[in-house]
Amino acid sequence: MTVRNRVLVLLAAVLALAAVAVASILHASARAERRDQAQPGGPPVTSGRVALTTPATMVFRNMAWGPHRDELTTVPASDPSGPRVASGVKCLRFYAASGTGVCLQAVHGPVSDTYRALILDAHLHVTARYDVPGIPSRARVSPTGHYAAWTAFVGGDSYAGTNFSTRAAIVDVRTGRLTSSLEAYRVIKDGHTYHAADVNFWGVTFAPDDRTFYATLATKAKTYLVRGDLQARTVTTLHTNVECPSLSPDGTRIAFKKRVPGLPKDAPWHLYVLDLRTMRETAPAESRSVDDQAVWKDDHTLVYALPGDYGADLYTVPADGTGTPRRISTAAVSPAYVGP
Amino acid sequence: MYVADSRASDPVAPASAEGTARRVLAGRYRTAVAPTVLALGTVSLITDVSSEMVTAVLPLYLVTGLGLSPLGFGLLDGVYNGFSALVRLAGGHLADRGGGRHKWVAGLGYGVSALCKPLLLLAHSLTPIGLVLAADRTGKGLRTAPRDALISLSSTPATRGRAFGVHRAMDTAGALLGPLVAFLILRATVDGYDAVFTVSFCVAVVGVLVLVLFVPGSSSAPAVEKAVRPTVRAALALLRRRDLRRITVCALLLGLATVSDSFAYLLLQRRLGVPDRWFALLPLGTAAAFLLLAIPLGRLADRVGRRRIFLAGHGALLLAYALLLTAWHGPALPYAVLLLHGAFYAATDGVLMAMASDGVPEELRSSGLAVVQTGQALARFVCSLGFGAAWSMWGDRTALLASTAALALCAAVSSAFLRPAAAREATV
Repeated sequence: MTVRNRVLVLLAAVLALAAVAVASILHASARAERRDQAQPGGPPVTSGRVALTTPATMVFRNMAWGPHRDELTTVPASDPSGPRVASGVKCLRFYAASGTGVCLQAVHGPVSDTYRALILDAHLHVTARYDVPGIPSRARVSPTGHYAAWTAFVGGDSYAGTNFSTRAAIVDVRTGRLTSSLEAYRVIKDGHTYHAADVNFWGVTFAPDDRTFYATLATKAKTYLVRGDLQARTVTTLHTNVECPSLSPDGTRIAFKKRVPGLPKDAPWHLYVLDLRTMRETAPAESRSVDDQAVWKDDHTLVYALPGDYGADLYTVPADGTGTPRRISTAAVSPAYVGP
Repeated sequence: MYVADSRASDPVAPASAEGTARRVLAGRYRTAVAPTVLALGTVSLITDVSSEMVTAVLPLYLVTGLGLSPLGFGLLDGVYNGFSALVRLAGGHLADRGGGRHKWVAGLGYGVSALCKPLLLLAHSLTPIGLVLAADRTGKGLRTAPRDALISLSSTPATRGRAFGVHRAMDTAGALLGPLVAFLILRATVDGYDAVFTVSFCVAVVGVLVLVLFVPGSSSAPAVEKAVRPTVRAALALLRRRDLRRITVCALLLGLATVSDSFAYLLLQRRLGVPDRWFALLPLGTAAAFLLLAIPLGRLADRVGRRRIFLAGHGALLLAYALLLTAWHGPALPYAVLLLHGAFYAATDGVLMAMASDGVPEELRSSGLAVVQTGQALARFVCSLGFGAAWSMWGDRTALLASTAALALCAAVSSAFLRPAAAREATV
């Protein structure tokens, strides 16, 4: 083949491939318009005021298609599938307690997305901003509203990188003092100080005493429930195979996801509840794999997200192993029960 | 007969096989890089755009696109590193069997990686995605040694450092462009991961086409009288050659003291307090320095000796470690460390291949380069295991202190090891 012919072949191929590439981009960007249209049969959403102190309401990220997609919305706690009121504040993950909210959101920069955590007051006004080093995963606020925590996935940087780590941060909302990674805390494992380069933390949950928290610690391919001390800056291992703990309002039990042998690798978790006094585990009546940090609606009821048609739906199940799981809301994620 | 020997006896005459085709043009090639090198550089640039597009969005895709938890995904890495080494050796060996196979083995590698991109559209859970990534890396392992052999075979010994420098600079430019393209697509779309994978596939196909159309298949191979039959045994026997054995041993030794990139960035962040939001940009700093320095350092290596530049590159790395250990925390320090880290790659990556090419006969070039690359890769893998363990036991500072001492020792041993050859080369 002459050079001229080779160039022509290449040009023709480049044109054909460019057409395919452009078509795929157009196809994907057309989705934007579809998603801005509310789907028939979806929950009605209207703009309005959302406050983190309105009694007996649930605030969450609305995932229903339409102009209010991804906004913080609110519904009465007694009617979670009813009409939604949207705030205009967009979050990927959210939690709130005692009039303090934490909202993890994406910031679309010119060349790449970055993430940040916003601390919100009761009227969703931003009181502080913090950089989040990767894709947001979990968010929590202490029952007092004095502390907030979040977890992010930090991606690998090697070729076709498959190494991920997590970074869990805690901030004192009153003073603004930030611990950007729990790895700064001393780890006490089986009674001894423990060092390892592969320590990862995620899924922080707070007790009401403004001192104690619980989280997942992973090292050497095992996960542990740890109890943390905000003053001593230590974490102590309590139990194995615990991820994304969530402390009950009365502080006696931890709901968590447990890796159960024999389940598929990408859906390996079952929901469990650990009694901190007896260290006995109970399985709620949910047989599907749950990948969420559950929320306690009250001392007896768990709420958690499962994959749904528009991203995720919210389900509820009694914490004591009785009853059956029930869907309470479609196209919703990151719920928080707020109000005094 | 062998490149190094012939050069030692008569430094001006190019090695026989390369010489037949190049001698007439030697004057021109001293000023310009061979078209084959430019074609291979273009292939690598395009392929890196394609692969880095996927790498950049993969974590985001797994977590927000598929809702998977990516933790523990890295566990396969260790197992895969070993397999990848075998693939690399196999690729090197296959390419040496029969004239002009380099191009087709490299092409197979590029092709496999290209085909993996549309497969990502179909894989929706961890196991298939892991398999696709493994296939992608098999393609990469397969193509590396034949491609580097082609680069070395299509340039004169005297300009090899520059040829590899040009190739590595183009390769790195692609790696810098890829993430940019991916994020522009994500920006223009909603959840446009399918578009990213489709575009990545199209780009990869263009890369394969450039290889097929513009990289010559059989260079001078038929004209050569085979001194060595390219068997597995012959490939292993390469290590009996003094030059190659010394280079391999040095690459191995220095690899054992080279802390992996992810640890290096983690250290940089922890020890120098780089803000979290800059963490993802650290590899870009290294890549930018690598891009800028690859050609100048390659040329310098041709002039003052590859071994010297190779050792100086490790000196730069040593300096970077030392800076990480100092108490001084000026605002310029992260930049200095990244510059040194990039300079380390620019002075060692292509230069090592240029250096190793001198010690391997043409008919075993690919196998020989594969042996050196594999030795280095395995040594670095062992180092990262050791470094991780040292970090766990003694903390990051002590682990780094130990690596610094080890690197200084290995560099001293290597420079003693390589000295006679270096002295010889300096006279060229």
